[in-house]
Amino acid sequence: MNTHNPVPILSVRGVNKIYAGGFRALNNINLDIQRGEIFALLGPNGAGKTTLISLICGIVKASSGTVIADGHDIVRDYRAARATIGLVPQELHTDSFESVWATVKFSRGLYGKAPDAAYLENVLRALSLWDKRKAKIMTLSGGMKRRVLIAKALAHEPTILFLDEPSAGVDVELRHAMWRMVRELRAQGTTIILTTHYIEEAEDMADRIGVINQGELIVVEDKSVLMRKLGKKQLSLTLRQPLSRIPTELNAWPLTLSGDGHTLIYRFDAQAEESGIAALLRTLNEHGIDFKDLRSSESSLEDIFVGLVHQSKQELT
Amino acid sequence: MNLYGIRAIYHFEMARTFRTLAESIAAPVLTTSLYFIVFGKAIGSRLGDIDSVSYGAFIIPGLVMLNLLNESIANASFGIYMPKWSGTIYELLSAPVSWIEVLIGYVGAAATKSVVLGLLIMGTARLFVPYEIAHPGWMIAFLLLTAVTFSLFGFIIGLWADNFQKLQVVPMLVVTPLTFLGGAFYSITMLPPLWQKITLFNPVVYLISGFRWSFYGVADVHIAMSIGMICGFLMLCLAYVGWVFKTGYKIRN
Repeated sequence: MNTHNPVPILSVRGVNKIYAGGFRALNNINLDIQRGEIFALLGPNGAGKTTLISLICGIVKASSGTVIADGHDIVRDYRAARATIGLVPQELHTDSFESVWATVKFSRGLYGKAPDAAYLENVLRALSLWDKRKAKIMTLSGGMKRRVLIAKALAHEPTILFLDEPSAGVDVELRHAMWRMVRELRAQGTTIILTTHYIEEAEDMADRIGVINQGELIVVEDKSVLMRKLGKKQLSLTLRQPLSRIPTELNAWPLTLSGDGHTLIYRFDAQAEESGIAALLRTLNEHGIDFKDLRSSESSLEDIFVGLVHQSKQELT
Repeated sequence: MNLYGIRAIYHFEMARTFRTLAESIAAPVLTTSLYFIVFGKAIGSRLGDIDSVSYGAFIIPGLVMLNLLNESIANASFGIYMPKWSGTIYELLSAPVSWIEVLIGYVGAAATKSVVLGLLIMGTARLFVPYEIAHPGWMIAFLLLTAVTFSLFGFIIGLWADNFQKLQVVPMLVVTPLTFLGGAFYSITMLPPLWQKITLFNPVVYLISGFRWSFYGVADVHIAMSIGMICGFLMLCLAYVGWVFKTGYKIRN
């Protein structure tokens, strides 16, 4: 995948959404999605993730701004733009009384594609739905219904696929199968934009991460860069003898002591050239503070996400 | 134009009818047969001719129109209301399909069903009452125009309704009373002079009168008035739907 492609497959410029009651759901959103990438859009509930996706897909009208999908303006050239986009909505909206085959066939036709039974068969087989093609959707489990929605979104061979919290309410096994399928789709050239509450999945899957909060896109960054830039590491030392307080000789280091006095925690910048660990260990030795175990860890994407959202809230207030 | 899109909606809606044949076709045909038995045979045999037409034959156009109006409205309103209710409307809103195409798909399917039902009722009526159609071309024209216009009206009701009760309220409280009082079972010339004038404000009078004229060549109002009224109502519905699509009222935020 080329993340430095100069022509993004999706370009969002100065998009605002203000509802009739005056609520500003999106505030000056600018975002480029590169062809073939997996982009994860994270944000707390009500942050504007679904509004942004709905707006790009044509379900919600923008108050201002432009969106270009695969070279087509989503308003002026909506037919060409929408033909490139597939959407898997957050809610399990399905035609309960229809069969799997009928609903997938309907989706393909609705998007202006000629019937292609062989292609639809491949989609259903890939999603393990082929055996259920004659079943009414109402008889399927939640996970199966989610797959049907994915099949519907793929029925017209989109180049951009939106997955709005696709793994919500899905069991672990199916979730993993779904993410395997997402990787396969990307390998076939489909650009994927997903929202999820499972941050470890975004960490595992995404090439780039966007964080949205209260309608504002507060960060868009390559995942590894984001984690390197904002990630913190920490070293935990399990002491042989508990301390009642941190000795004044160690004031030069940002240390914290666990409640029981058995663990000394040192947090440091993951990006810094010199971590300071060696000097700390020497100083501890000089002052006779012995330890029996040490363990290092780094902050997860979830820690970074929570930190960003918290910081954004503080700035807004 | 997205012809595949129109076809997809049309087929989807028609498939729903075939899935529910008992409710969609058999029930209205049976109900109308009962009307023919009760009013056409049992009571009608004791009534005299109206405008030289036997009472049993006289009520056929009115009964067909009664079903045509109700079924057109019910089919189209339900067709567009269901995706709103189930949430699957997201697909219509995000698909490369214009609202004119959506309209053609839903209204086309609803009108097709109503016309088929109307023809079935006419066929059923022939089992009970002998009748001839004086102007078959006009009969078909009235059938199609009325089915399309009231399917369009039903589509508007489906867009407007935000619960199942609202979906029922207009057909039950407005359309059915207007049809019964619109000359389905009598000629308006049988009413006292004041009520004859009042009844002319009922648009259904013009539909039934025009449709009956296509059967027997007799009408309560001039045929041109009937055609004008149905075309006027069609334009009104089209203008309203145009406004809805332009503003996104009740369909797109």
